[in-house]
Amino acid sequence: MSGMHVRPMLERIDAYPNQWISGFGVRAGRPLPFGATIVPGGINFSVYSNNATAMTLVLFRRGESRPMAEIPFPPAFRIGGVFAMTVFGLDAETIEYGYRAYGPYDPAEGHHFDPGRILADPYAKLIGGREEWGAARTAPDAEVYRSGVAGDDFDWESDRPLNLPAEDLVIYELHVRGFTKDPSSGVTAPGTFAGLVEKIPYLRELGVNCVELMPVFEFDECDNARSDPTTGRPLYNYWGYNPLGFFAPKASYASTGRHGMQVDEFKSLVKHLHLAGIEVVLDVVFNHTGEGNERGRTVSFRGLDNSTYYMLTPEGYHYNFSGTGNTLNCNHPVVRGFILDCLRYWATEFHIDGFRFDLAAVLGRAPDGSLLSNPPLLESLAHDPVLRDCKLIAEAWDAAGLYQVGAFPDYCRWAEWNGRYRDSIRRFLKGDLGMVGELATRMAGSADLYLRRGPAASINFVTAHDGFTLRDLVSYNDKHNENNGEDNKDGDNANNSWNCGHEGPSDDPEVSALRDRQVRNALLILLTSHGVPMLVAGDEMGRTQRGNNNAYCHDGPLSWIDWSLVDKNADLLRFARCAIALRRSHRALRRDRHVAETPPEGLFPALSWHGVHAWMPDWASYSRLLAAMFYADDDGRHDCVYVAANAYWEGQTLELPALPDGLAWHLFADTAAAAPHDVHEPGREPPLADQARAHVGPRGVLVLVAHPVPTKS
Amino acid sequence: MQLAKYMQGDVTVIALDGRLDSGTAARVQQDLDALIPEGAPVLLDLSRLSYMSSAGLRVLLLVYRQAHDSGARIALAAVPHDAYEIMAATGFLDFFTVADSVTGGVAALTA
Repeated sequence: MSGMHVRPMLERIDAYPNQWISGFGVRAGRPLPFGATIVPGGINFSVYSNNATAMTLVLFRRGESRPMAEIPFPPAFRIGGVFAMTVFGLDAETIEYGYRAYGPYDPAEGHHFDPGRILADPYAKLIGGREEWGAARTAPDAEVYRSGVAGDDFDWESDRPLNLPAEDLVIYELHVRGFTKDPSSGVTAPGTFAGLVEKIPYLRELGVNCVELMPVFEFDECDNARSDPTTGRPLYNYWGYNPLGFFAPKASYASTGRHGMQVDEFKSLVKHLHLAGIEVVLDVVFNHTGEGNERGRTVSFRGLDNSTYYMLTPEGYHYNFSGTGNTLNCNHPVVRGFILDCLRYWATEFHIDGFRFDLAAVLGRAPDGSLLSNPPLLESLAHDPVLRDCKLIAEAWDAAGLYQVGAFPDYCRWAEWNGRYRDSIRRFLKGDLGMVGELATRMAGSADLYLRRGPAASINFVTAHDGFTLRDLVSYNDKHNENNGEDNKDGDNANNSWNCGHEGPSDDPEVSALRDRQVRNALLILLTSHGVPMLVAGDEMGRTQRGNNNAYCHDGPLSWIDWSLVDKNADLLRFARCAIALRRSHRALRRDRHVAETPPEGLFPALSWHGVHAWMPDWASYSRLLAAMFYADDDGRHDCVYVAANAYWEGQTLELPALPDGLAWHLFADTAAAAPHDVHEPGREPPLADQARAHVGPRGVLVLVAHPVPTKS
Repeated sequence: MQLAKYMQGDVTVIALDGRLDSGTAARVQQDLDALIPEGAPVLLDLSRLSYMSSAGLRVLLLVYRQAHDSGARIALAAVPHDAYEIMAATGFLDFFTVADSVTGGVAALTA
């Protein structure tokens, strides 16, 4: 079998050791790239520390608790602050490694060196010892944070990032474990990347074209000392916003993690999602690590170069802008390089389409915590050639009160989670006065915040993982976080939620009907607004967290998707599918520029406002009704969508904008109607009998589309 | 890891017996290279495969690529449960025709 005629490769002359240490053949390594790299004959190890005086490589056989060898880096193998050594004869598949870093222990100066600890490589592509979710609770750190070596060969075939236009995205935020862990998911590998692959047909049918995965970098799910006060069971750090290995996919999120194949399994997930036309955005946490404050554990960064990796007070304590005990020193030149290396790795090796940056306002802070006007990290990411086509999305606030929505240092490149959108839509929906003008601004793509960048810079959402589910938003006035073990003190108090007349589950048919309507109202406003809509997994099927608005610590039915809701709330799911399909079939809803920047296209303005009377919106503070008409000339076809949102408790009759001859209003959705008449498949909407007037129900949303009048034969 | 080759009609069947991991992968690849005829259908009988690691997956994919380049059809038969799950989860299974048994594999390759 020799179909290929390739001239044999000449062997490299450095593929052999030139000295022996601790029984292993070694030679001076290559400082770049950092991390462990498979090279001819062996593995190249490179690790940096500007304050360490010496470094030892510790090698393990996978699964054994004691090291098989310790190899000190000879002084000649050090270039600047980089320790680099090639070790020959190692089997990348069966070894694990770590480092002992030598240097001063002087916390006041920011140094925490302790050669008694074996540290994980910040560039580790695999992290071993954490393959089984939850099993690490009792294991010593020394046995659970082993660095591993991953091959970088994967047969992507023709796959590449999809590069969908940002304004065309419908983002779906999900938790890899929670999405399929519940037995009701019916997948063969629940709670894993492979399990998610089995649910791709569901995502396709729903119509979303981008998944945003909550943290998938290795983290410690057991990092929570609290217990559930009602059950006594230990709580978790389930969401995973406490990274310990930024280059390593979480082993227990892979069904093959126990075989060390999480890299292949995650790549296979990305490849399958791309085949289905779905982009992959990773929620990345670069504002802090899971090492906690100075009393926290040392896994890697603190032991390797504490004063480089962390923002420290002049006394050597950790600044805590993240609310988790430490703050990554992200505008330090070394850490900036680390973050850039990390994102390039995910973009190139894993074909990731974009990144959502948790508490991104932290990324604009200087090493002393002060705010930078031109943060080098954010500028580097904005202009990096490798990342040029990746979506960059900022959660533009932090835990120390910095709120930069609309003011994030964006370089015309960054999009933002639009917290203003969330708050305004919620307030309008629950009937707050004075919200009509605000609703208009948000539906028009928040030009007050993003005019320069365009509407796609606005990631619109009504709910996110952080906060109430959509169902709970209309079922609870107050958060109910008692099970989180903090006396209901954790979680946001500013929810702008309304329980529709009863706190929690209700058998009252009026309350239930109103809740169903409010959920649909929210979906319609979200999916017709200019900007990029984001849904939270489960909201399309009425998922509840029983009023818990901070379910980060629950690994169980409270936070897992219950797939029986697909049948139980089939009407809602159908409604959500249709609303997504509506957006995807109307270019008028997916502008890449704000309407103020859009030249007239013919029949109507790109966006016009209406009220009880056509062309006469009522902006008064007591008004609770607004209608928007979106228009685009789509290759000669009049693309026209009319959205009337009524937050008043009585229905209202609306005079409709007159359409030219040949076009007629058709009913897409009326949230006051009972299913299945609440929504119609796009393209199959029935015409309105009365083309001059329509009725919007009490606390209802009405959506009409213009279609050509069928020609009579 | 032991390899055994025999013919079933026009199909070359190669049975793999033992562990396919980084310790055996390079030699197995060499041996397969010598055993697999150019352009003729090949069935890998994995019923006696006791373990397959990441390197093992790569051997199978390399064999697939080489067979594919020479215009030969290739299939896997009797993939043990664990190996099957690993191949499915990592996407390597997508490349192969898979049969429950050698008989089924021969039938698939001669259909």
